[in-house]
Amino acid sequence: MLTPVLSDNWDADRAWTLPSYERGGGYRGVRKALRMQPDEVVQLVKDSGLRGRGGAGFPTGMKWGFIPQDNPKPKYLVVNADESEPGTCKDIPLMLASPHTLVEGVIISSYAIRANTAFIYVRGEVLHVVRRLQAAVAEAYAAGYLGKNIEGSGYDLDLVVHVGAGAYICGEETALLDSLEGRRGQPRLRPPFPAVAGLYASPTVINNVESIASVPSIVANGAEWFSSMGTERSKGMTLYSISGHVKRPGQFEAPLGITLRQLLDLAGGVREGHQLKFWTPGGSSTPLLTAEHLDVPLDYEAIGKAGSMLGTKALQIFDETTCVVRAVLRWTEFYKHESCGKCTPCREGTWWMVQVLARLERGQGSETDLEQLLDQCDNILGRSFCALGDGATSPITSSIEYFRDEYLDHLRQGGCPFDPAASTLFATVGADA
Amino acid sequence: MTTTEPSGVRRGLDAQTLEELRQIGARYPQARSGLLPMLHLVQSVEGQVTAEGIEACAQILGISAAEVAGVATFYTMYKRRPVGDYYVGVCTNTLCAVMGGDAIVERLEEHLGIGNDETTPDDGTGRTITLEHVECNAACDYAPVVMVNWEFMDNMDPASATRLVDDLRAGAEVRSTRGPRICTWREAERVLAGFNDGLADEGPAAGPATLVGLRTARANGWRAPEASTSSDDADNEADPAGDKQDSNDGNDSRGGK
Ligand SMILES: Cc1cc2nc3c(=O)[nH]c(=O)nc-3n(C[C@H](O)[C@H](O)[C@H](O)COP(=O)(O)O)c2cc1C
Ligand code: SF4
Ligand code: FES
Repeated sequence: MLTPVLSDNWDADRAWTLPSYERGGGYRGVRKALRMQPDEVVQLVKDSGLRGRGGAGFPTGMKWGFIPQDNPKPKYLVVNADESEPGTCKDIPLMLASPHTLVEGVIISSYAIRANTAFIYVRGEVLHVVRRLQAAVAEAYAAGYLGKNIEGSGYDLDLVVHVGAGAYICGEETALLDSLEGRRGQPRLRPPFPAVAGLYASPTVINNVESIASVPSIVANGAEWFSSMGTERSKGMTLYSISGHVKRPGQFEAPLGITLRQLLDLAGGVREGHQLKFWTPGGSSTPLLTAEHLDVPLDYEAIGKAGSMLGTKALQIFDETTCVVRAVLRWTEFYKHESCGKCTPCREGTWWMVQVLARLERGQGSETDLEQLLDQCDNILGRSFCALGDGATSPITSSIEYFRDEYLDHLRQGGCPFDPAASTLFATVGADA
Repeated sequence: MTTTEPSGVRRGLDAQTLEELRQIGARYPQARSGLLPMLHLVQSVEGQVTAEGIEACAQILGISAAEVAGVATFYTMYKRRPVGDYYVGVCTNTLCAVMGGDAIVERLEEHLGIGNDETTPDDGTGRTITLEHVECNAACDYAPVVMVNWEFMDNMDPASATRLVDDLRAGAEVRSTRGPRICTWREAERVLAGFNDGLADEGPAAGPATLVGLRTARANGWRAPEASTSSDDADNEADPAGDKQDSNDGNDSRGGK
C-alpha cells in the first residue's frame, strides 16, 4: 500500500547528517552513476518513466535529453525548491529530514547533463531548511562528493544553495531563472526554452526537488524497479501530502495511482463526525473535486479525465463545515497578491475576481455575478502569459460547477451561512476559540 | 557606529559588511545573481532594506540604485520599514485560515494592539514584535501554522499563539516545533544571506505529521519492492535497515488535540 523510498530514512537517527545518510546506503548512487556514461544515466531515467513532480508531470529524462550537448556554453542544473503552491508541503519536509537525498540527486543529475555548476533555489521563508541544506552541501564538499574530481572520476561540480525572498511566481521556472539572475521574478517568453537558453542564456535543466531526489534510488535500484510501481503511464512512488480536516494529516509515500479513499483510510479518515465536502488533488491551482471522486486513481491520466490535474499531489481536505465561497475567495486573494503584473488578463482579472467574490461572500450582488466570474475566468484561462493565471481560475470554475447552490445561498441569506469557528482545528476543544 | 553581536550579526554597513556583500556575489558565475542574498544581509545589519543598503548593493554590482530598488520592492520578505526582533507570520492561506489561522490573527492583533504589518512599541523589555499574515508556508499538514523569524511553530491555536508572543517578549526560551531556539530576525536574515550559524543539528529530522505515512508503513510491514539483484551490481541494496529509531516524537496524531 505504502512504499517508503524517499521517506525511508526520515526516522533515522540524525537523518539530515552525512554519516546517517551513508549508513543507510546513501551516495552509492553517485558512485554507480560516475562509472556510467552521462548518456547512459539519461537513458536510465528515461526508461524509469520518472515524470516531474513539480506539477506538470513532464518526463524528466526527456527534459534532460533536450540539453544540446554541442552547445559550447556551460550547462546548469537548477533545483526548484520554491514550494509555494497552496497546500503543497512535501519538498520542505524532505529537505529538512534528508537534504543529502537531494544533494545526491543533484550530483547524479548534473553529471548526466554535463553541468559543472548547480543551484538549489529554495524559498526564503524556511530558515531551518536553509540551515540543513547549507550544512549538507558543506558536508558533501568535505567528503569529496562535491568540488573537483569527485570520487576520482575527473568530474567537477559546484553546488550553490540560493535563497529566495518571498514570491510564489518564482516557482514558475522562467521567473525562477530571472530571480536567480538577481532580477524581479517575472516569467520569460518561450521559446527559447530553458534547455537551450536558460540561466545566463545557457542550456539549463530545471527540476523539482522530489524529481531530483528520486534519481538516486533509480540509479541504485534500476529503471525496472522504479517502473514496477505506479500505473501504465504514471510510474514510481511519490509523496502525497494530506492536510486539513482529517484525523492524521501528513506525508504518505505510495505508488502513483493510489486513491484518495485509500489514503484517507490511512490518515484515519475525515475528522470525527464530519464528511468530506471538497478537496484539491494537487494544490489550489488544480480544480476542486468532491466525494464522488474518492475512487479516482491519483495519477496524471485519471485525475485529468476527472476534470482536474494531479499537480503537486497536495490533497487538501475540507469537510462540510467549510464555506466553499470563503475558501475560493481566499485562494483568489492569494493569486491577486502573487500576480507578477506582467500581463493584463492575470493582473486585472485576479483583481476583479476578488471584488466579485468578496461581494458574493457578503451575500451581495446577484446570480449574474456568477456568469460574470465565469466570463472573467474565460478571459484569463489560456490567455495569460504563464500558468499562474490559469491556476487562478481553477478554484472558481470548479466550485461554481459543484457548488453553485452554495453561492446562491449566500445571496438568499444576505451573508455567509457558515460558522467559521466550526471548521477550526480547535472547534471541538471549545472554550478557547 | 557599527558593532558585532555575539551571534556574528553586525550593525551598520561597515567595511566588513561591504566585504561580505562582495563575498556573496563571488559565489555565483555572475555576481548579480547574489542580489537576493545581498539584500538579506542588508536587512540583517540594517533591520530593513535602507536606501544606503540599496546604494551599497548597486555600487558593488555596478548597476543603478533604481534597479536594486525595483528588485527589493518585488519580494515580500524585504521590508521597507523597521522590523521588530521577532517577525510573527500567521498563515492565512485557505487551509490554515479555515483551520484557525484567521482566529489566531484576530486574537494576536487584539492582544498586541497592532494591525497587519505593524510592530509593537518597546514595552520596556526591549523586545518588539512585527505581526503579519503570510501565504502558505509549505507546512499545511501542521495547520494552523505560525512562523516566527521563519521557523515553524506548528499546530497553533489562539491561546498558544498568545502565549508564544508573550514568551518572546518576556525573553523566555522559545523553540521551534521543528527547529532550534528562535533567534532574532536579524540573525535569521544573516543565515538567509548564506552565513550559517551552526544550528543545523538542532531540532528533529521531522515532526509527527511528516512521519505519519512512514510509521503506518512500518506498522503494517509495507515496503517498496526489492531491487532485482540480477541487473545491478553488488553495491546496491534497496532498503538498508539498521539505524531506525523513533526518538523524534511519541505521538502520531497532532499536538495531542
Ligand atoms: C505559478 C507557478 C508556480 C510554480 N511553483 C513551483 C514550485 O514551487 N516548485 C516546483 O517544483 N515547480 C513549480 N512550478 C512548476 C515549474 O514551472 C516547473 O514546471 C517545474 O519546476 C519543473 O520541474 P519538474 O519537471 O521536475 O516537475 C510552478 C509553476 C507555476 C506556473
Ligand atoms: S499570468 Fe500573472 S503571474 Fe503569469 S506573467 Fe501574467 S501577470 Fe505574471
Ligand atoms: S496553508 Fe498554511 S502552511 Fe499551507
